[in-house]
Amino acid sequence: MSLVNQSLTELAAGLAAREFSSAELTQAYLARIAARGPALNAFVTVAHESALADAQAADHALKRGDGGALTGLPLVHKDIFCTAGLRTTCGSRMLDQFVAPYDATVVAKLKDAGTVLLGKTNMDEFAMGSSSETSYYGAVKNPWNLALVPGGSSGGSAAAVAARLSPVATGTDTGGSIRQPAALCGVTGLKPTYGRVSRYGMIAFASSLDQAGVIATSAADVALLLKAMAGFDPRDSTSVDTPVPDYPALLGESIAGLRIGIVKEFFDKGLDADNARRIEEAISLYTRLGATLQEVSLPNLPLSVPTYYVVAPAECSSNLARFDGVRFGHRCAKPRDLQDLYRRSRGEGFGAEVKRRIMTGTYVLSAGYYDAYYLKAQRVRQLIAKDFADAFSQVELLVAPTTPTPAFPIGAKMADPITMYLNDIYTIGANLAGLPAISIPCGFVQGLPVGLQLVGPHFAEERILNAAHAYQLESAWHREIPQGYA
Amino acid sequence: MALTRAAIDSIAQLARLELNEAEIPIYQDNLSRILDFVRELDRAATTGVTPMAHPLPGLSQRLRVDVVTEADAHELYQRNAPQVEAGLYLVPKVIE
Repeated sequence: MSLVNQSLTELAAGLAAREFSSAELTQAYLARIAARGPALNAFVTVAHESALADAQAADHALKRGDGGALTGLPLVHKDIFCTAGLRTTCGSRMLDQFVAPYDATVVAKLKDAGTVLLGKTNMDEFAMGSSSETSYYGAVKNPWNLALVPGGSSGGSAAAVAARLSPVATGTDTGGSIRQPAALCGVTGLKPTYGRVSRYGMIAFASSLDQAGVIATSAADVALLLKAMAGFDPRDSTSVDTPVPDYPALLGESIAGLRIGIVKEFFDKGLDADNARRIEEAISLYTRLGATLQEVSLPNLPLSVPTYYVVAPAECSSNLARFDGVRFGHRCAKPRDLQDLYRRSRGEGFGAEVKRRIMTGTYVLSAGYYDAYYLKAQRVRQLIAKDFADAFSQVELLVAPTTPTPAFPIGAKMADPITMYLNDIYTIGANLAGLPAISIPCGFVQGLPVGLQLVGPHFAEERILNAAHAYQLESAWHREIPQGYA
Repeated sequence: MALTRAAIDSIAQLARLELNEAEIPIYQDNLSRILDFVRELDRAATTGVTPMAHPLPGLSQRLRVDVVTEADAHELYQRNAPQVEAGLYLVPKVIE
């Protein structure tokens, strides 16, 4: 078996047993990225030199016997995480030349854990999109079919892991941006509870929704990385000070008796019939493993997409006000005056979808409309969160589809923003309520992967991971590799 | 609801975004449709419901003591600035 087709957990064991060095592993991945990466457009930056230096340092640590669980393991970061000294673009012309002066907490923690950064992955501009087509650096391709989107916004991370260009990747999820691309690329993606992982140094889109997470080829690998990423950070005022469980050690418990809720509203007329069958088959596997099923209703859930498209643009318009052409980021040529400098720098630096959201957000927050749109949406959001809380008083976990359909053609939904927004119809609820959720591969429709979503109560990551792991012990969907990448 | 051209101009000014002639009708159409779409929220009965202020129940934004915790690194930060002179960010003349 080649190095690049092994799971993170297997690679960790191989490094510990000195079967290969981190330098050999890193070189194998860099060679694969050079050969296979360009066709997928999964990377904005490949960190050849620093990766090899990181690997050598890791090998020294391993030789000295002071390596940790992740020492010497390669990974990639979504290009939304600030990396000191290495360009961070957020998929935008605005930050085309931006070199962050500091590391995001996630980056620093994983660096301290001895990981090797292979590069930064392509994404929808400022994480705004569901297809990774809005990047200034061009659309990312789906390794299952290069004419299709990989999902978004963490599409570069999902495509890289699916094509085995990296064993694991970080991502961020504001409305489904980890789970949706994980589903469309046939990999495993976890969005943790809001506040579980620090957002410091993670370029802000919608601060009450954004959360960092992991994309890998299995729940066990997600658990391994999450343990190193999670935890309290005084530099993020929304970070929650609660202990980090030993996620990998908690896997493998029986799920017999686990009470699983099936959300009626998730199985609506928008769900593709073949997709629905894959989800039903996955649910029947859970019953064979001894879980009990119960239908639950979240009556306000159908309002989650309109709620999101008020709250997220509102927060985006505030967060992106910092890009002023003065302190960092793109500046227009020959500004006539300060107004002209602001307006042209922003008009040139931001792409169409980002401008659409800034304008939507500006409108819903403007005088005379704030109550009708923004406050109304925050009230409905409260109702949606209460629906989830009521459901979790009856069941321990919810199962759902991750997306309505498998991957769609590049360009198919770019003309109509609403059609694009509806891709996230099953994922947005967890963001609005701050809940942890995972997507795992559960089969194929016409050769394209389908994702099963598991949603848990706040800080129940270990329960979600254990249920996902239990499924993956009994199924092989997560081991499928796109043709040509095996 | 159809937004007028004047409404788009006004939103773009509030958002400090320069739009070109070709973009204006596109945003007129897109924003009008997005705003129609989100009006679906009117269906929900929300009388007496407190607007959500934090995604985790019972938590609010943590505050910290108002003291300096970072070292002065303005030279490092200003390496990303488009135009700097003598440690100052330069902008076009504001007061004639």
